[in-house]
Amino acid sequence: MLEKALKGSKAYWIWIFALLGIITLGFGFYLKQLDFGLGITGMNRDVTWGFYIAQFTFLVGVAASAVMLVIPYYLHNYKAFGKITIMGEFLAISSVIMCILFIIADLGQPMRLLNVLLYPTPHSMLFWDMIVLSGYLVINLVVGWNVLDAERNSVPPAKWLKPLIYLSVPWAISIHTVTAFLYCGLPGRGFWLTAVLAPRFLASAFAGGPAFLIILCLLVRKVTNFDPGKEQIQTLAKVVVYGSCANMFFFLCEVFVAMYSQIPEHMDHLQYLFFGLHGHGVLVPWMWTAMVLIVSGIILLLIPAARQNESVLAVACVFTFVGIWIDKGMGMVAGGFVPNPLHEVNEYFPTFPEVMIAVAVYATGFLVLTMLYKVFVGVKEEVAG
Amino acid sequence: MENNRRSFLKFAGVSVLGLGSLSLLDGLTSDDVIASSGQTSAEATYKKTANALTAKRWGMVIDTKKLSGKICRKMEKACHQIHNVPHHENKKHEIKWIWEAHYKHVFPGKQDEFLEERLKELPIPVLCNHCANPPCVQACPTQATFQREDGIVLMDFHRCIGCRFCMAACPYGSRSFNFRDPREAIAHENEKFPTRMKGVVEKCNFCAERLAVGKQPACVEASKGALVFGDLADPNSEVRQLLKENYAIRRKQNLGSNPSVYYLV
Amino acid sequence: MNDKPKIIIGLIIFFAVFTFPFWYNHGAASSAPEPLLSDKAKEAKHCVRDADFMRKEHMQLLDGWRDRTVRDALRVYEIDGKEYMASLSNTCMECHSNKADFCDRCHEYTSVEPYCWDCHKYPKEKK
Repeated sequence: MLEKALKGSKAYWIWIFALLGIITLGFGFYLKQLDFGLGITGMNRDVTWGFYIAQFTFLVGVAASAVMLVIPYYLHNYKAFGKITIMGEFLAISSVIMCILFIIADLGQPMRLLNVLLYPTPHSMLFWDMIVLSGYLVINLVVGWNVLDAERNSVPPAKWLKPLIYLSVPWAISIHTVTAFLYCGLPGRGFWLTAVLAPRFLASAFAGGPAFLIILCLLVRKVTNFDPGKEQIQTLAKVVVYGSCANMFFFLCEVFVAMYSQIPEHMDHLQYLFFGLHGHGVLVPWMWTAMVLIVSGIILLLIPAARQNESVLAVACVFTFVGIWIDKGMGMVAGGFVPNPLHEVNEYFPTFPEVMIAVAVYATGFLVLTMLYKVFVGVKEEVAG
Repeated sequence: MENNRRSFLKFAGVSVLGLGSLSLLDGLTSDDVIASSGQTSAEATYKKTANALTAKRWGMVIDTKKLSGKICRKMEKACHQIHNVPHHENKKHEIKWIWEAHYKHVFPGKQDEFLEERLKELPIPVLCNHCANPPCVQACPTQATFQREDGIVLMDFHRCIGCRFCMAACPYGSRSFNFRDPREAIAHENEKFPTRMKGVVEKCNFCAERLAVGKQPACVEASKGALVFGDLADPNSEVRQLLKENYAIRRKQNLGSNPSVYYLV
Repeated sequence: MNDKPKIIIGLIIFFAVFTFPFWYNHGAASSAPEPLLSDKAKEAKHCVRDADFMRKEHMQLLDGWRDRTVRDALRVYEIDGKEYMASLSNTCMECHSNKADFCDRCHEYTSVEPYCWDCHKYPKEKK
């Protein structure tokens, strides 16, 4: 099937080579980082995780959100999603690949990565993260590929896939839960030290992931002969709005607990993110933008007439996706590190090389995604033809 | 034809996977050989140095009444020089094992509107607490940071992958990361102690290398009696005597990490 | 099978790339270098272990030294009734003060780049 990714229009190849160009450029910056050290990033002694780990966290969510297609289709027999479930699984594959690349980009000694396997340490959450992520990658590759292959041959998918598909549901939940456990089990970091972190991660994932998928569906319809379907897109839109509302609800629970209890260790981080602390507030405009975007997204999606207009829907999905990206990809990680354990404020903002390396990782993900979707659409066209 | 090609690809894929896992296994077993040859090779044995200072649980008592800015800076200088701690101009890349801070930063949970005047501006040294229940050790995915039998929390720089999970886990900000090559920023190298390399985390080691040759930690030696070092598990030790007779506090003891550094206030 | 020429060309390219190191170094094969002993090492006559063991297993020995020293505070290596401080910089390099002639020659020949020296010091060599 892979050969379908090697035949395409001129526009397809321009896109592919553009991505390869970006990857090459970003890889150049990565070589610089390997040579100089992580000092070329904006990270510092106090904010020791930054853009890379935040993107990793965000993308684990996008990967996990494939489950929002798997559950209705396989557990509730919602037939309409049969058409696009593989799109979700392929999105998960490219997201997990990006996650792994972001982890590698963040390591000070990447060539020692396999020490994690050489000295397995079950009491470290990072060890479990490595296990659940690689497992999730394999499950989605096997399931997505084989189901598509069966469809191409007009036969039902092999029986042995069923248990694997069922396994993928709790597994998807686990990847984002373990990612939240990286943060929320740390005793001295009040911002993350909340049991609602994992549920909130999942809720924001189930809003941001499907929002992105809707955008992808609309794009696929535009540039190929395959139509993911109006009903499918509308159902996804409802998933997005449920997820986004749950996310905001959990967020407001967090805000209430921190602000009403007025315990400084919990309150100061929110204060920093939304109002600034001791005169420092580089993230304040970002956080308010995120809030406005997420809330406008919810309002647009809640109104049936707006939701059913696909241009408005696209805008609402972009709002939701970008809002959640800022919240998780900028605020969540840096906000937990400021103020530092000695209650000093040292801010963080990504540097240009850091952003370029991140862009290259995204380009790699899009390259994988493009090729997988090319195969997917190719099979769909072949079957239809 | 199509089928042939597919089965060939499957076969090739499985072979590659097989070879890959084989080499992984190979790596694992050869490491075992390394470990065992180091440990049990016929006649060779390892032991502690004869004059090593030993304890069940090393700890430190800092008497704030004996502190001054001068002493703090002397301690910091002694420690950083002996351990080849680099001095980077860029504060973002800063590395420190022991440094001075004010009361409100050392004990952010014990802020007091009407704090004793003396404490307000007093420089207080902060360093790794060598917690009995260290969150950093729990977080490290490779056991590169670990707790020794005598309670000292150490770094194995050979094993650290630089993920900085320990830095997120440490509630005291005691850890530093080598954002760049440290060697460029060491003015006077101590030839007897190694430097670090870029990409690994480092922190105070309670002078494990000095204890091994019968010496007290460098900061304690430089402290003019303000710092006392000893065995917290020994009721007759000097540190225990001090704690028996004085009221002492520890940093963020509500977190359950059980620090081994006490402050007399 | 109209792809035959393409496949054959592909195979030839693959073969050429795969065997490149052999072509590249053709005729440049050199004999294995012998590490040079410093005067002090010559005088001492014996190392921690015999020369054959050291030649084959010095890396395992150093690995053991490193792990026992760092992780278990066992800094003394005892063998045949003799005790040594298990330290690369302060024991090995004490005698083998000529890193370039003793360590680097073979490491370069075998293309290994141990990262010991990123952190550990070696004596400055007089030229």
